[in-house]
Amino acid sequence: MLTVSLTAASGQVVGVIGPNGAGKSTLLSAVAGLTPVSAGRIRLAGQVLDDASTGAFVQTAGRPVGFVFQNYRLFPHLTVADNVAFSPRARGMGRQAAQSAAGHWLGRLGLTDLADRKPAQLSGGQAQRVALARALAGQPALLLLDEPLSALDAGTRLDVQAELKRHLAEFAGPCLLVTHDPLEALVLADRLLVLEEGRIVQEGTPAHVARRPGTEYVARLVGLNLYAGHADAATVALRGGGAFVIPDRGQHGDVLVAVRPSAVVVSSQRPVAGSARNAWPARIAGLTLLADRVRLDLDGQPPALVDVTPAAVAELSLAPGTEVWLTVKATDLEVYPHAQRQTS
Amino acid sequence: MVTFPAPSHLTARERARRTARGGASRSVPAPLLVPALIAVGFLVLPLAGLLIRAPWSRLGAALSGSDATQALVLSLWTASASTAISLVIGVPLAWVLARSSFPGQRLLRALVTLPLVLPPVVGGVALLLAFGRTGFLGRYLDSWFGLTIPFTPIAVVMAETFVAMPFLIITVEGALRSADQGFEEAAATLGAKRMTVFRRVTVPLIAPSLGAGAVLCWARALGEFGATITFAGSFPGQTETMPIAVYYALETDPDAAIALSLVLLFVSVVVLVSLRDRWLRRGPVP
Repeated sequence: MLTVSLTAASGQVVGVIGPNGAGKSTLLSAVAGLTPVSAGRIRLAGQVLDDASTGAFVQTAGRPVGFVFQNYRLFPHLTVADNVAFSPRARGMGRQAAQSAAGHWLGRLGLTDLADRKPAQLSGGQAQRVALARALAGQPALLLLDEPLSALDAGTRLDVQAELKRHLAEFAGPCLLVTHDPLEALVLADRLLVLEEGRIVQEGTPAHVARRPGTEYVARLVGLNLYAGHADAATVALRGGGAFVIPDRGQHGDVLVAVRPSAVVVSSQRPVAGSARNAWPARIAGLTLLADRVRLDLDGQPPALVDVTPAAVAELSLAPGTEVWLTVKATDLEVYPHAQRQTS
Repeated sequence: MVTFPAPSHLTARERARRTARGGASRSVPAPLLVPALIAVGFLVLPLAGLLIRAPWSRLGAALSGSDATQALVLSLWTASASTAISLVIGVPLAWVLARSSFPGQRLLRALVTLPLVLPPVVGGVALLLAFGRTGFLGRYLDSWFGLTIPFTPIAVVMAETFVAMPFLIITVEGALRSADQGFEEAAATLGAKRMTVFRRVTVPLIAPSLGAGAVLCWARALGEFGATITFAGSFPGQTETMPIAVYYALETDPDAAIALSLVLLFVSVVVLVSLRDRWLRRGPVP
């Protein structure tokens, strides 16, 4: 079940992120008309597409919507050119006119050389561009993208991502983009919506959501430690046990505290006479080697993810089960109110 | 004290096959081999007998006898007409069964597949009772239009369509059920209305199964005997199809009977080879 209220302005790319099963694909399905809404309303440019209270429902074929599917769904029996020309022809254009419209879009996305190929002969990146060209050739008023880059391997993804951002910027109408990849959302979206268990739990610019995640899921996505607690001026009592000293800004009430893994210091002994206001014991539960650092998973009150250099791991003989002390400065803590739904 | 049975023998070739590709012993145990061989004999010997006893040197003459040629021509065009009709009315029915939903759909599906199990001669009788001169529809055709269907080539086509169309419907319905509807969804988002989707996406994607179904339908129509002889009779040149001609020729002109049988056997083999394993495995071929 999905309960969502969102508005997308012209030219804006709205990214919807959330764990699997949150309802992201259902959202796109409903906007495309593949699934009717059980309650509520969908309007595009002032025209009602779906209204549960009045019963009005515009069929998918009648909606000026372009859909780029996760698995592209290029028609296997048609050439690239025929795929791209499909929408103009289906909407009534003659064969010649449709072919030249297709030619225009093939040119814009750099696909002219591939016009006579069949989808089975395309690489992942090429197929993605053809899917986009096919959706755009129908002159849609709204563009829907379902995990547009997830089917690509990591190398191709970066190139295609930059290109996609360019094409989306050139598209005049609103774009609704669904993804589970935080980097994709951060790069492509102008506004982010976080969808969890069928509800929007946070909304804002990508930068804001990344800095002040509203839920554990988003925090994990963007790689931050997130704690919920109750603030009382200069201290926060954490829900899972433990407490933090925070810069006194007169905050009271339920708050979230975000800490970067790289802002936490690991010591083998209890630190004395340092400026950091927060210190607590913890035990290493696991180590993960990342590209240029080691991420430690620590149990304690509170637990934490901490990034250190491989050299530090060796020097301090860090291993699962090692008892350590963690310290973090009050000024490195990002504290913000915890409401049911945060907007920026 | 552990005892082992005496080892059996593994040929070098068998050893090589099993080390390379794994898998258990492929030899057949005797209790299964003997009945299997009897089954093979039962199926193959009659066909072999046909090939062995055929008057190969006199075949051309036997086939060019007027009765035989007429039967051949009649069979070919009626089977083709039946297939064409089956395609025109059967494919839409297959779509209705596969894609829509309405009360009584299961019953309809059972009715549609009834000719597959119904004895063909019963089908012929049913057609006679419906379209014969005193049949509940035929009487109107006769009194209003002076149209008599039984014992005409039209009757042949109707009888063959009755028995053969379900083959096409079943094949196409199976293909539609297992088809990936994601493409049809994509077509809808591109602005294609339902008949456009059917024409440009659904049908092309099930084309292999459609072809296989049509070939099966044609072969079944060609070989029909019971319904045809009951509803259409056996007037040479008018309603005497190849199977009926074979039946009568056995008494009067055995050479022609054997020649026609060989033609039918040949057609059957060609059909099976062209379908290969497609019709044994239902659904669209990627």
